[in-house]
Amino acid sequence: MPAGRSAPAKSSADNRGGKTFNRRRLITDAARTACGVALFGLAVGLYSRQSRSLPADAIRPPGALREKNFLAACTRCGLCVRDCPYGILKLAELGENVATGTPYFTARKGPCEMCTDIPCVPPCPTGALDHALTDINKARMGLAVLIDQETCIAFKGLRCEVCFNACPLLGKAIRIDYRPNARTGKHAIFPPVVSSEYCTGCGLCERVCILEEAAIKVMPVRLAKGALGRHYRHGWEQKQKAGGALVTPDPEHKYNLPEGMDYEHAGRGLIPRETAPDMPFPANPLDTLSKGIGGAR
Amino acid sequence: MPVAIEKLGRDAIAGKGWFGAHKWLILRRISQLSILALFMVGPVAGVWILKGNLSSSLLAETVPMTDPLLFLQMIAAGHLGFARDAIIGAALVLAFYLLVGGRVYCAWVCPVNIVADAAHWLRRRLAIRGSARIGRDARFWMLGLVLVLALVTGTLAFELVNPVSMLHRGLIFGMGFAWTIILGVFLFDLFVMKHGWCGHLCPVGAFYGLIGAASLVRVRADNRAACDDCMECYEVCPEPQVIPPALKGEHRRGGKAHAAILSGACTNCARCIDICPHDVFNFGLRFPARSAGRRQPLLQGTARHGA
Repeated sequence: MPAGRSAPAKSSADNRGGKTFNRRRLITDAARTACGVALFGLAVGLYSRQSRSLPADAIRPPGALREKNFLAACTRCGLCVRDCPYGILKLAELGENVATGTPYFTARKGPCEMCTDIPCVPPCPTGALDHALTDINKARMGLAVLIDQETCIAFKGLRCEVCFNACPLLGKAIRIDYRPNARTGKHAIFPPVVSSEYCTGCGLCERVCILEEAAIKVMPVRLAKGALGRHYRHGWEQKQKAGGALVTPDPEHKYNLPEGMDYEHAGRGLIPRETAPDMPFPANPLDTLSKGIGGAR
Repeated sequence: MPVAIEKLGRDAIAGKGWFGAHKWLILRRISQLSILALFMVGPVAGVWILKGNLSSSLLAETVPMTDPLLFLQMIAAGHLGFARDAIIGAALVLAFYLLVGGRVYCAWVCPVNIVADAAHWLRRRLAIRGSARIGRDARFWMLGLVLVLALVTGTLAFELVNPVSMLHRGLIFGMGFAWTIILGVFLFDLFVMKHGWCGHLCPVGAFYGLIGAASLVRVRADNRAACDDCMECYEVCPEPQVIPPALKGEHRRGGKAHAAILSGACTNCARCIDICPHDVFNFGLRFPARSAGRRQPLLQGTARHGA
């Protein structure tokens, strides 16, 4: 009824007691507000989904819950920031890629110094930093990954081991492996190797890496770790656990070896059998050769 | 019936002097700035009285405080493994505002209030009349939205854009681009809508308004017989719709006129107490006066009102 929308008709509706008009206005006003608010909510909701993806180089304080749960729990109060004695923690500011107001640190600029009393965790009022974390070595802020073997000078055969020596769990979280140096043919390569079993993701290794851009970096665990299919079993582990083969054991492989010889896979290769019962000749060929010479012997 | 800007407050100043006519305003600014200062002397001077920010804080290293609205959002977002401090903190803050008035948070604590008041002041100076038409109940839709957002996203989504926490946190911990949102609030209040953010949209204010609907300390119009309908209190009040029930005695309980402003929307800012040349308003409790003789105003607007 387009005519009904003209001004005189409107006022006549008002004059009729205004009940319809008021109800109509009430509903349209409510719809207007609801639509505006919902549009705002849509924008914020979509923005919140985006802000859930924490950049890989932003590391949460020790004890932080999984990112989604953390964003449900962190009030952005900054009490952890205040109680970090090294001042490495920072609340994200609007415009940064980290969810606004939440605490993080950057390993290359300032890594977690792994205080044994973990002073940043107890002040957290909401448990966004899990108070159950009392041993800093159990923290899993991320995982150090030697991400670039092409620039790491240890892989060039140079002795560096700076990251190894900076590691608070030296020898466990970072070990030094050795392998032959194929370039020189006579030296060893001593590459640092990270163990996810021990690495807390503190980032001390990343800070001290002598390269201009660190070759070892703390990554979020979800990015740094692979995961074996849940159905997958390593046969040798199962065998050890069961104390014996769980399937029909393989028949021992027979090789066509020179007579009197054995073959060992793990190292020695072709080896003479200790005792050679069928040998027509004594084990020492000199005995045969010398037979009959100087019979006095 | 707008009051002429040049006339606004003249009678009050004539009667009570400039300080008398701005007493509560000055106290409010002192309160807002000193709370901010208490948070800031820690990082600046190493004196830790209040640590954290308005979202959660620790008073004197012992008393925890947490914004109850954030606490509700946390529950909505599905975080139930609270540490003890959040529960105690939210309860303490809730109890405090139940006592002193819910939206005391808005008028006496929130830093955005200074921004909004500045915008309103400038709006009056520049005689900007036009204002967008959004109902005052939009803030309750916003409050609902904040909780729904937490529920749907599973995160404290509103905190990503909340001007209230953003300004306070920004001042203490670093602003980033948060100033753009604050500038947005200022310009919105100035050009788009009178009392736009605080009076119509802010869900934090809406939440504290719900607390205020049951809070103890209220502004009362105990001396309303002296009202000469000059309308100046309506002009300065950020929520003028709360005044008539108390001032004009429409609100009755048990047959007696109820002089207390009972609406939760009242921020207890006390500008009405300041501006009134006849000391109609005063701070008091929410209960109806038993009898005229026993009426005991908690705090008189001013003691030396002559003529």
